[in-house]
Amino acid sequence: MSRKSSYQLMQGNEAVAEGALAAGVNFFAGYPITPSTEVAEILADRLPANGGKFIQMEDEIGSIAAIIGASIGGCKTLTATSGPGFSLMQENLGFACLAEIPLVIVNVMRGGPSTGMPTSPSQGDVMQSRWGTHGDHPIIVLTPATVEEAFQYTVKAVNLAEKYRNPVILLMDEVIAHMRARVSLPPASMVEKVNRVQPNMPPEWYLPYERSATGVAPMASFGDGYRYHVTGLVHDAKGYPTANPNECRDNIRGLFTKIERGFREICMVDYECMDDAEHAIVAYGSMVLSARSALEQLRESGCKVGLIKLGTLWPFPRFALEQYLPQLKTILVPELNMGQIYREVLRVNAGKAVIEKLNRVNGTLITPNEIVKTVKGLIR
Amino acid sequence: MSQTTTEIRLAGSGGQGLITAGIILAEAAIFDNKNVVQSQSYGPEARGGASRAEIIIADGPIFFPKATWVDIFLAMSQKACDQYSFDIKNEGIFIVDTTYVKQIPTSSAVAIPISSATREKFGKELFSNIVALGVICEVCKVVSAKALKAAISNRVPAGTEKINLEAFAFGQKLAKEALKNHNGAENEAIEADT
Amino acid sequence: MISNSQLVNKYFRHNKKFPHIWCPGCGIGIILGNMLRAIDALALDKNDIAFVSGIGCTGRAPVYVDFNTLHTTHGRALPFATGLKLARPEMKVIVATGDGDATAIGGNHLIHACRRNIDITTIIFNNYIYGMTGGQYSPTTPHGDKAYTCKLGNIERPFNISQLVEAAGATFVGRTTSYHTLQLQNIIKKAILHKGFSVVEVITHCPTTYGRINKKGSAVDMLRWQKEVAVDKSRADKMDPKELEGKIITGVLMERELPEFCEQYDTIIEEAQNQQQGKSK
Ligand SMILES: Cc1ncc(C[n+]2csc(CCOP(=O)(O)OP(=O)(O)O)c2C)c(N)n1
Ligand code: SF4
Ligand SMILES: [Mg+2]
Repeated sequence: MSRKSSYQLMQGNEAVAEGALAAGVNFFAGYPITPSTEVAEILADRLPANGGKFIQMEDEIGSIAAIIGASIGGCKTLTATSGPGFSLMQENLGFACLAEIPLVIVNVMRGGPSTGMPTSPSQGDVMQSRWGTHGDHPIIVLTPATVEEAFQYTVKAVNLAEKYRNPVILLMDEVIAHMRARVSLPPASMVEKVNRVQPNMPPEWYLPYERSATGVAPMASFGDGYRYHVTGLVHDAKGYPTANPNECRDNIRGLFTKIERGFREICMVDYECMDDAEHAIVAYGSMVLSARSALEQLRESGCKVGLIKLGTLWPFPRFALEQYLPQLKTILVPELNMGQIYREVLRVNAGKAVIEKLNRVNGTLITPNEIVKTVKGLIR
Repeated sequence: MSQTTTEIRLAGSGGQGLITAGIILAEAAIFDNKNVVQSQSYGPEARGGASRAEIIIADGPIFFPKATWVDIFLAMSQKACDQYSFDIKNEGIFIVDTTYVKQIPTSSAVAIPISSATREKFGKELFSNIVALGVICEVCKVVSAKALKAAISNRVPAGTEKINLEAFAFGQKLAKEALKNHNGAENEAIEADT
Repeated sequence: MISNSQLVNKYFRHNKKFPHIWCPGCGIGIILGNMLRAIDALALDKNDIAFVSGIGCTGRAPVYVDFNTLHTTHGRALPFATGLKLARPEMKVIVATGDGDATAIGGNHLIHACRRNIDITTIIFNNYIYGMTGGQYSPTTPHGDKAYTCKLGNIERPFNISQLVEAAGATFVGRTTSYHTLQLQNIIKKAILHKGFSVVEVITHCPTTYGRINKKGSAVDMLRWQKEVAVDKSRADKMDPKELEGKIITGVLMERELPEFCEQYDTIIEEAQNQQQGKSK
């Protein structure tokens, strides 16, 4: 009997919760919303047993506020929500970008806009995750395509948040969140854990927003003897509000610089059958599953098709496409929205290959057969 | 998708425990060292209307998580039978609970009064889902009885393992009897033809 | 008592550029100064104090003082403070919030923080107006008074903040004015020492907006008004309601003991860990 084998049946949302715990998350604040609720329920059970804390807030505005507060207190923090709640979080998400607070928001996408289709899959929040909060800012958005990746990417999200002092969004499809699959997870002790860099200078020398060579400033926790100021106003290296044009520029540009320096590390892309490919499918989230299945059939029938799987959506991994553009005749972008990453592909392509989109907004998935048919049509 | 893939759909109305049954079936497949993906219909649908769980079992990798061409179909309500039986393979296995499914769309269905038999035996329909797993196990052999029993013990509330295992065995017995009659009927038909 | 120059030296940030942003005569500075005196009298370690605010003229208070300071978004100081307090239960968390910040955009957070009884001290700077945005009416602007979005008089009825937070579950409620500085220090001291969610409502003046449009005179005139309308609770308890019309009752209005959120959560942690150990045995 294989009951002791390392394989287990696990749901996507469960894998997120396990990933959070393995990465060292010790604070969660949230407000229930389908299809993300399992994450909150599991962490409500598991965090206290691990010495962590869970709080159900009065809404999602309060939820993200609480995880920012806890992060400033030194916790590794995460919240989970879906469209309507993600919309409510936007103002404080901007605060976390500007004040450079590590945190993770899991957004399990459902059909929108508004209350939309609460239990149906969608990929409608791709652009919102990039630009949902006002003002110019960089953001990191990861999107898993399998249950195992839901675990791995959650760990990665927590680690990137800590390393870059930046909010990271884990953008999940309802399909991945709710499906159960056979997974083999590493023991928590084997999981890489990144902790934010803490200051080691005497408090009177500490400048909370003075960037080190990596582009990231060390972050002290409140209560550790470094008394400093955190604000949502544009600030100088001391953290104090400023209207000095040079200091304002340094503040905003600095946010971009640190993400640009980490670009390659942040970008996760997988390539399947791309070596000799003349045609590519660019997919992310649940569409990777349809695309992989389609790819198998297309290759069997002799079509030179490959798959570019985006694990990171923002910053957009443009090199993933650029390196293959010389050999590609067509690119298909299947999405459960009206074509949000399609626009990025168009932008990077700059007229070189033929780009086609395949869209679905009715709460069901695009099937492998539909992709096969569309690709064959394109090739002809 | 590779040849060894089996797609299973369990359909009924919310509250019949078919999603739990689906999870148990999926876990049993893992115990049998197979690959598996399980998904389900969520939300209001699962709270009283037609509901379904889908399980894909394979020796190799599974990509697309939803059933597209169903090998094994269990219907435990008329609505679910009507709504979710459109993509069953011709040679697929069709199991219906005749307690609730009165219009059976195919003559080759394995027809068993799962819920009413459960009620008679255990006094309530609560264990119908586990009885149904016994039926599936006997009819399809897609996962081993040993693995299913282990998964049942693992997933049912503590303290109810014994009665649930009895329900499973009862399902196997129901299926054996039904298959006898089922095959008998087919033989009859052949005889009549000659 | 600490002298003014000692106070400035000890609590104001030396590396922060001054002057502050407040108008001449504004009441916010008086309240901040007396909060510092209260903290000094309690001999608290500056490292252990987190001073959190929302947005508004009031929201600018933390940046000047040498604590762990957090200037959040409009209305959200309390949920930020809630997360911080849970992460650092040993810290004293003090929130400064305006009447609009606390009871309009942040009203939901306010009542829920009261209900949770989390150990945070909230000082509400009630100047009856949105000062920062130039004098629009707030949830505490008195009926009939004017603001730049109700020049013909406010037709909405105001919240009574102290009653609101008491009903919502706060376990300490005090009220005073920026005129009654000794009482202000005393109430803030008690509020900080209180275990649970404490609210101190401070009636204050915004001569620049509320004062001007309602013809309340100078800052000094507005302070005089505060002196006149205030009735200490001990005295008010003996007066009949007719006499109290138009008056503001000051003092510690309510104090009660109820389980505090962080302490209760610690017992949850203990229980969860015991359960887990039981399982693994
Ligand atoms: C979401 C949001 N809406 C509106 C504003 C604009 N705003 C800034 S301060 C303020 C009102 C402040 O009034 P109050 O809380 O009473 O503080 P005061 O300035 O009177 O101290 C408003 C509406 C904002 N900053 N954020
Ligand atoms: S506008 Fe009013 S509240 Fe704001 S600083 Fe000036 S006087 Fe004070
Ligand atoms: Mg005000």
